[in-house]
Amino acid sequence: MLRFIKHHFDSIDNVEIYPIISLLLFFAVFITMLFYVSKIPKKNLEEISNLPLEGEENNNDYE
Amino acid sequence: MEKEQFYYDNKIVKMFLIATIVWGVVGMLVGLLVAFLFIFPNYMEGISWLSFGRLRPLHTNAVIFAFVGNSIFMGIYYSMQRLLKARMFSDVLSKIHFWGWQLIIVAAAITLPLGLTSSKEYAELEWPIDIAITLIWVVMGINMIGTILKRRQRHIYVAIWFYLATLVTVAILHIFNNLELPVSAFKSYSIYAGVQDAMVQWWYGHNAVAFFLTTPVLGLMYYFVPKVANRPVYSYRLSIVHFWSLIFLYIWAGPHHLLYTALPEWAQNLGTVFSVMLIFPSWGGMINGLLTLRGAWDKVRENPILKFFVVAITGYGMSTFEGPMLSFKSLNAIGHYTDWIIAHVHIGALAWNGFMAAGIVYWLASKLWKTELFSKKLANTHFWLGTLGILFYAIPLYVAGFTQASMWKQFNPDGTLVYGNFLETVTQIMPMYMMRAFGGTLYLTGFILLAYNVYKTAKAGSTVTDELVEAAPLKQISPSRAPNEKWHSWLERRTVLFTILTTVAVLIGGAVEIIPLLTVPSNIPVISSVKPYTPLELEGRDIYIREGCNNCHSQMIRPFRSEVERYGEYSKAGEFVYDHPFLWGSRRTGPDVHRIGGKYNDNWHFNHMYDPRLTSPGSIMPSYPWLLTNDLDISDTEAKMNAMVTLGVPYTQFEIDKALFLLRNQAEEIEKNLRQDPEFVKNYGESNMQNKEIVALIAYLQRLGTDIKKGETAQN
Repeated sequence: MLRFIKHHFDSIDNVEIYPIISLLLFFAVFITMLFYVSKIPKKNLEEISNLPLEGEENNNDYE
Repeated sequence: MEKEQFYYDNKIVKMFLIATIVWGVVGMLVGLLVAFLFIFPNYMEGISWLSFGRLRPLHTNAVIFAFVGNSIFMGIYYSMQRLLKARMFSDVLSKIHFWGWQLIIVAAAITLPLGLTSSKEYAELEWPIDIAITLIWVVMGINMIGTILKRRQRHIYVAIWFYLATLVTVAILHIFNNLELPVSAFKSYSIYAGVQDAMVQWWYGHNAVAFFLTTPVLGLMYYFVPKVANRPVYSYRLSIVHFWSLIFLYIWAGPHHLLYTALPEWAQNLGTVFSVMLIFPSWGGMINGLLTLRGAWDKVRENPILKFFVVAITGYGMSTFEGPMLSFKSLNAIGHYTDWIIAHVHIGALAWNGFMAAGIVYWLASKLWKTELFSKKLANTHFWLGTLGILFYAIPLYVAGFTQASMWKQFNPDGTLVYGNFLETVTQIMPMYMMRAFGGTLYLTGFILLAYNVYKTAKAGSTVTDELVEAAPLKQISPSRAPNEKWHSWLERRTVLFTILTTVAVLIGGAVEIIPLLTVPSNIPVISSVKPYTPLELEGRDIYIREGCNNCHSQMIRPFRSEVERYGEYSKAGEFVYDHPFLWGSRRTGPDVHRIGGKYNDNWHFNHMYDPRLTSPGSIMPSYPWLLTNDLDISDTEAKMNAMVTLGVPYTQFEIDKALFLLRNQAEEIEKNLRQDPEFVKNYGESNMQNKEIVALIAYLQRLGTDIKKGETAQN
């Protein structure tokens, strides 16, 4: 009886294409991103990561 | 370049901060009321709007959208202005956003107890409120994008990417899940039915957790943790990886919510693979958050705010580890429908969301009112009460989940169930429910201390709201990439493009999941014996929805030996084709009811609804005495059937024209059945029970799951 509900999607033409598209896309995006991230110069990274700490406020009320 | 002077809008942040505290108390209080209903099911006896099925959605909506929602907006309005060196785009839009959101919450707090609900979890609000949410969300979006466009800071910090992803994704999720056909001002039907409705709902449900409770709070983490620890984030590179993999992955992990229910295997496997992969970005994020405190661990001892952050981030790590684990079929079979899920989501809500919000509130309180926090000691007490509360809440429910799941599955050697009576599996875990209520009480007590602490701080502090700052305006540079500029660095300053890319990322993920769904209705095997509900059953179904029965009873029997033995034939996709909306449920506090039809006689249901303990001693189900006294409202019956026809349910014109006649006939039939019991005649002989709501509900329950019992099978 299991097959009764298991294969509703099988009758859609070429249904396998969706998971395949998603997998390929994900890996493509992921690898490209890793590549670019590794290329960002350290100086830029430091500059941006210090953004929250800028400003006139004293950030250390509890020190 | 000459510097410009401008003011940060602190008033709007204060307003959201106060709303966070107020709704936090309300949402947790309702949660506690609900937790006590497990132990004392009678204590709200007879008050329809305080019954479990109506309060539970109020609790979830209040905590998610009112408490966490306001805390997110509080953090976003504070951090965005500073990260972009600009006042919010428009004060008017900020105010509309604030008051609009609060009005929506009030509307929810009124309509949900009244039983006005669409029944879809975390999207229960009816269509007029759904539209209001959309409008307010757009207002917030314009305000955010407008601020980004007038910024004085070239590059956009990672926190803001998370805010933008939240903005676009929540909009998409909200709109697609709430497509519904209105019948009256406060009643609508989902345009999707059965399997399709379930898929859309849990695509929404899972991603709402991701994009409402996770991504914006991660944005807050990336701003406030460095701010409080006074050191930059551990690895900015990791934060970029975190961001892109998270938005690409999360949106694809939806199907795992329906594992082991009537779904195709490929969707299950896809969901599982992606859910496991989700561990990598989220743990990357957790590590990034925790390691930001490198070299500052001594501060964690001193500073209650950092303590809150550390437990919050650890909670994030725990629940994002658990999520993928729950997507494994074997573990999912245990977790689904049991208290494990309730424990899991509360690690997220109490530790991750609740403690992040608390830490930020404490920090902002001293900043906004320009004074020291009233009492650091009280904040520390809150921290310990809260942490103990989380443990007392979650651990008993993990135990309860495993205990109950294993009790459901135990067989005697002769092939019968050891715990054939569902109730035995509930009474067994009652001590766990008591501990849970105790944990919740501790947590709420801690939170009330926060409210008091902030109140005292505000009273002692300055009332100056706006803060004068100066920053150089942004020099105009070419929108195209400079010769030496790196790709991601360029992308970061092209906000609009960045937002579009995020949207595309999210849409692709959604499309891959949704497109096969759109073709599903034509691919579900037709079961010829499955017919639309009769007018009376349709009205009964709406009462089932109004009372929120689906909060405790599933209508989805999984193809397990133990479930088929307990409930009967497992559920088929073809049985739900007329279910607008689907009512599969997500938690079995009581037994599954998909095959309840015909299992008991009408009198049993009548007595059971009047007082569940008459038929099932020890039951923790609330009583529904008002169903016996409320007249059934049939003014919309024809309109409801017409709406169903529009949605594709094959009612004939004859059936619609004769709707009330058919309805009365069936109701009379049920009253006749009820009168076979001399007790009924003695107690209710004079009352015209056929006109009451109970009759419609009985009609619906007796119909449930009976269509395929007629010996018919599919024609596929």
